[in-house]
Amino acid sequence: MKVSYYPGCSLHGMAKEYDQSMKAVSRALNIELKEIDDWSCCGASAAHNTNFDLSIALPARNLIAAEKDAMDVMVPCAACFNRFKTAEHHLKADKDLKARIEGVVGARYSGGISIRNPIDVIYNEIGVDALAAKTVKPLAGLKPVSYYGCLLLRPPEVCQFENYENPFMLDKIMGAVGADVKNWSYKTDCCGGSLSVSKTPIVVAMCDKLMGAAREAGANCVVTACPMCLANLEMRPSPQMKMPVFYFTELISLALGLPGSQETFKTHLTDPQPLLSQLRLV
Amino acid sequence: METFLEEVNKKIHGVPLQACYHCRKCTAGCPAAPYMEYNPNKVIKMIQNGQKDKVLSSSTIWVCLSCETCITRCPNQVDIARMMDVLRQMAIEEGRAAKEANVLKFHEAFLSSIKFGGRVHEMLMTIHYKLKSGDFMSDVDIAPSMFFKGKLALLPPRTRDLKSVRNIFEKTKSK
Repeated sequence: MKVSYYPGCSLHGMAKEYDQSMKAVSRALNIELKEIDDWSCCGASAAHNTNFDLSIALPARNLIAAEKDAMDVMVPCAACFNRFKTAEHHLKADKDLKARIEGVVGARYSGGISIRNPIDVIYNEIGVDALAAKTVKPLAGLKPVSYYGCLLLRPPEVCQFENYENPFMLDKIMGAVGADVKNWSYKTDCCGGSLSVSKTPIVVAMCDKLMGAAREAGANCVVTACPMCLANLEMRPSPQMKMPVFYFTELISLALGLPGSQETFKTHLTDPQPLLSQLRLV
Repeated sequence: METFLEEVNKKIHGVPLQACYHCRKCTAGCPAAPYMEYNPNKVIKMIQNGQKDKVLSSSTIWVCLSCETCITRCPNQVDIARMMDVLRQMAIEEGRAAKEANVLKFHEAFLSSIKFGGRVHEMLMTIHYKLKSGDFMSDVDIAPSMFFKGKLALLPPRTRDLKSVRNIFEKTKSK
């Protein structure tokens, strides 16, 4: 299949591991990515916290640009995905707003393309059976908890994610590539990412709670699809609470034996390489 | 004259806050409630009571993480997360000093970065935030390792049609 691709600012910066592994995995799974021409930032939390119209217009500019290619747009960053879906939701529900935003962006929005996150694309378009069939190095010994966070799931009528209080797609994907996924009650809890820089002490407490719960569940790592969660969970927990955090695409890439799959492990702030070598996965 | 409640309801543009029957499910699920001056349910009550100054000057509106757990679990679909956005925006438009000044300064630094290049440049954005907030010491231990791992891009990324992005900022500026 072929999709439009919106990397967003994070995947070209802090979350480059996600971009690299996303591209490798897409190639291996025959998902052709066409980057949206001349994309701009979605505005993230900063826009919706301060200016509603701006928070709709910034993603609308990108949605309109993606509409030219007339394909579903895949948005790996959970924050961008949430802003895209929120903009779509409001633009479709409110005609006055739509007219106003089209005036601001200077182009028409038709709303004809679907906004998708890669968990959904891989689970529903590729399927866990195909993933299992392509796995050459099952992730034996790796015990992740799946961490979905907020932005892929909420609000439910906007994000349209399956089982938003107890989602399972990421768990199934990780299971298909041979990981021993641990169940836990914190899949959809907030890590505090939006205040990571400006109210750090609160966020340390939130991250410690998550990491403690992951350990209690018997996990030796956390797997996520959100650059904010990953950065936050690598940086903010107290030193004794830290454990490796992966983008789910990095682990698929490793299990599929894709070229360059070990490269992204070198740039994590919490080094996952000791765990992976102990398990003889690298 | 429009009451505070009417003003907020108009801006939320959805289920009116009167639909809240104060079950406090929002507060029970709110991960930031322990750190808030007034909990989310109390804020609704205060808006219903017309306590505009207290609400807009509170730390609560800046401590809200926008995790959207409240709206997800509200039995009456009262959009408390959107309400918090509305309250923050009202505080900004009225020129009130944010009780949690650094939270707003971080947002401003982030938006400046978009205005500058169309895309966010994490390093410049962080420097800008530090200059605005005076918070020079936090994360000085993390920054070098990020830099040497190549996680901080040196050159600011740019959108070619920068004018179209800057136009969006210009046209959505609050009057």
